[in-house]
Amino acid sequence: MITKLNATSVKVLDQEEALDFYVNKLGLEVGQDIKQGNFRWLTVRVPGEPGTEIFLEEPGPPVHDEATAEQLRELITKGAMGSLVFNTDDARGLYETLKARGVTDFTQEPTDHFYGTDMGVRDPFGNAIRILQPKKVARAATA
Amino acid sequence: MSREVEDLNRRLLRARDAMDRAFAEPLDVPAVAAVAHLSEAHFIRSFRAVFGETPHRYLQRRRVERSMFLLRETDRSVTDICFDVGFTSRGTFCRTFREIVGEPPSDYRRGHWPMVAPHCFQMAATRPVGAARAAGAARAAGAAMRSSSFGDAFAATAP
Repeated sequence: MITKLNATSVKVLDQEEALDFYVNKLGLEVGQDIKQGNFRWLTVRVPGEPGTEIFLEEPGPPVHDEATAEQLRELITKGAMGSLVFNTDDARGLYETLKARGVTDFTQEPTDHFYGTDMGVRDPFGNAIRILQPKKVARAATA
Repeated sequence: MSREVEDLNRRLLRARDAMDRAFAEPLDVPAVAAVAHLSEAHFIRSFRAVFGETPHRYLQRRRVERSMFLLRETDRSVTDICFDVGFTSRGTFCRTFREIVGEPPSDYRRGHWPMVAPHCFQMAATRPVGAARAAGAARAAGAAMRSSSFGDAFAATAP
């Protein structure tokens, strides 16, 4: 039985620019940063949640041949490479914080739904990020 | 892919996001082209090359998707929903809706119910493609090239 998601990846055009966005703007923390030749295993994660790492993956050798890397870069900039979904405890507060940090590419301002409040933003390369503040469910009192 | 192409794609995506956000507003082509820092003609040509449809058609599908949501989830009248999502005439809305979805708004409402799914999923999953998409996109391209307004340009010039 699978017990948890350990690592996932988001494809980026530049690891340094990605690091700046995901850590200094979005507020994640650096997980691992290991260099092996041209390959750099660079991950970020939600602070206080070390269980799941997000690999900031730059298309190119040795993992991808140049033609494949070019296709991937095109798809990234077209916003066609999937998305990340995070939770927050204060969507509107985070929205203001992100704006103050210079984030401008919002795809959706905080909006209320039956399941909570969510918002959307893109990273500098075009990847979609959704951030959800789940609606609190009242618990029945127990004796 | 050159940095220039990456940058162009990114600017076009930013313009597409602007249409997704402001679909209910009276958008015009020059305003959205300005988001991408392109001239009107270059914007329409580039958008179609990158995303496979004209910006006008993309906005129509976004507006129709939102109207489908409101038809499923609310009791608002078809006329009110037409204006809510950015159309300026009920006739144009109903024609466009039928062309894209394949049935009139009132029939769609009778056959569909509220969907229990996150907003982003509904937005992606229920965005109509339309059986007449290819032909419609071609006509819309011509209309968009002839008009500087997204509003009812297609309906006003279509045969």
